[in-house]
Amino acid sequence: MSDVKKFMFVNRKAPYGTIYALEALEVVLITAAFDQDVSLVFMDDGVYQLKKGQQTKGIEIKNFSPTYRALEGYDIEKLYVEQESLEARGLTEDDLLVDVTVMTRAEMSELMDQQDVVLSF
Amino acid sequence: MKFGIVVNEGPYQHQSSDSAYLFCKAAIEKGHEVWRVFFYHDGVNNATKLTEPPQDDRHVVNRWTKLAEEHKVDLVVCVAAALRRGIRDDNLAPGFRISGLGQLVEAGTKCDRLVTFGD
Amino acid sequence: MLHIVNKSPLQNGALDSCLRMAKAGSQVLLIEDAVYAATAGNACEGKIRAAMQNLQVFVLGPDLAARGLSDRVIEGVSSVDYGGFVELTIANPNCQSWL
Repeated sequence: MSDVKKFMFVNRKAPYGTIYALEALEVVLITAAFDQDVSLVFMDDGVYQLKKGQQTKGIEIKNFSPTYRALEGYDIEKLYVEQESLEARGLTEDDLLVDVTVMTRAEMSELMDQQDVVLSF
Repeated sequence: MKFGIVVNEGPYQHQSSDSAYLFCKAAIEKGHEVWRVFFYHDGVNNATKLTEPPQDDRHVVNRWTKLAEEHKVDLVVCVAAALRRGIRDDNLAPGFRISGLGQLVEAGTKCDRLVTFGD
Repeated sequence: MLHIVNKSPLQNGALDSCLRMAKAGSQVLLIEDAVYAATAGNACEGKIRAAMQNLQVFVLGPDLAARGLSDRVIEGVSSVDYGGFVELTIANPNCQSWL
C-alpha cells in the first residue's frame, strides 16, 4: 500500500468491562503492519487500559495489557495520554505500564486536528 | 467523494447501524460513492442471514444486502470479530464477505472520508 | 474537524470530552441520543450555548423528530437531515465520532 495516512486511535474506554479496548488494539497492530503513521491516544477511562499490575485470573478474561508493551516492536511509538484524564483518576505516569507522552488538552486537540483518519473506541 | 463507513454495533440493539445505513443512502443519493462498509465489534451481527425481525419492522440485514446489490457497496465483516461471535460463511447474508482488519485500514487509506458509527 | 456525538449528555461524558477537545472553529454534530443536548431547558443548555461561542453546533433533525423534540431546538443550533450530515463530513477534512 503506497499511500501513507495519519491514523489516530482514540481510546476512551476502560478494559474488560467491554471489549472495545481489546479490539481497538487489534486494529492498531494491523494498521502498523500496513506501514501507516499511527498515533494512539488515551483519554477519559481509556487511560485505565495502561494501568500497571492488571491481574485478570479471577475474571477469566485474557489480560491483554502486556500487548501495549509489545507495541514498540511494531514501530508504534506515538502513545499519548491526556494529562487531565490521568489526574481525574488519581493516576500518574508512574502508574502506567508503558512509556507515554503526557499531553495537555490543547496539545492533544491540535494533534487530533492534524489527522487524516480518526478511529475512536 | 469516496466514503468508507465503520459500523461497530449490532442491529436493533443500537441505532448505529440505522444511522450508518441512512448516511450511506443519503451519500449515494447525492452522487457520492460508498466504497466499503466495515463491520467491527458487535457490528458483525449485521451480517447474519438468520435475522428475522417482526414483519412490521425494518429488516436491517436485508437493507444492507440490497444496498450492496444496487450500489456495489463492499460489505466487509471482520473475521476475528465475526468468529468470536459465531458469524461465519454458512450464516452470512448475501452481499457480505468476511475478511481481515486490513480491509478497514485500506478503507482508511483509499477513501476520502471514513465515518464511524457505534456506541 | 467534524465532531460527531451520539450520547445523551446527562448520562455519558462523551459530549463533555468532545467540547473539551474540539478546537475553536470546529463543527459538532449531535445525533442519536445526543440530540437531547440540543434542546432548550436541558440541564446542559448552558454548556451548548457556551460552546457556540467557538464552535458551530448542528443537530440531526430526523433524530430530534423521532424523540418528539423538533420544536425545542436551542437558538443558534442548526438542524440538518442525513444529506446535511453527508455535507458536513465533506466540508471538513476529517471527522471523529466520540463513541
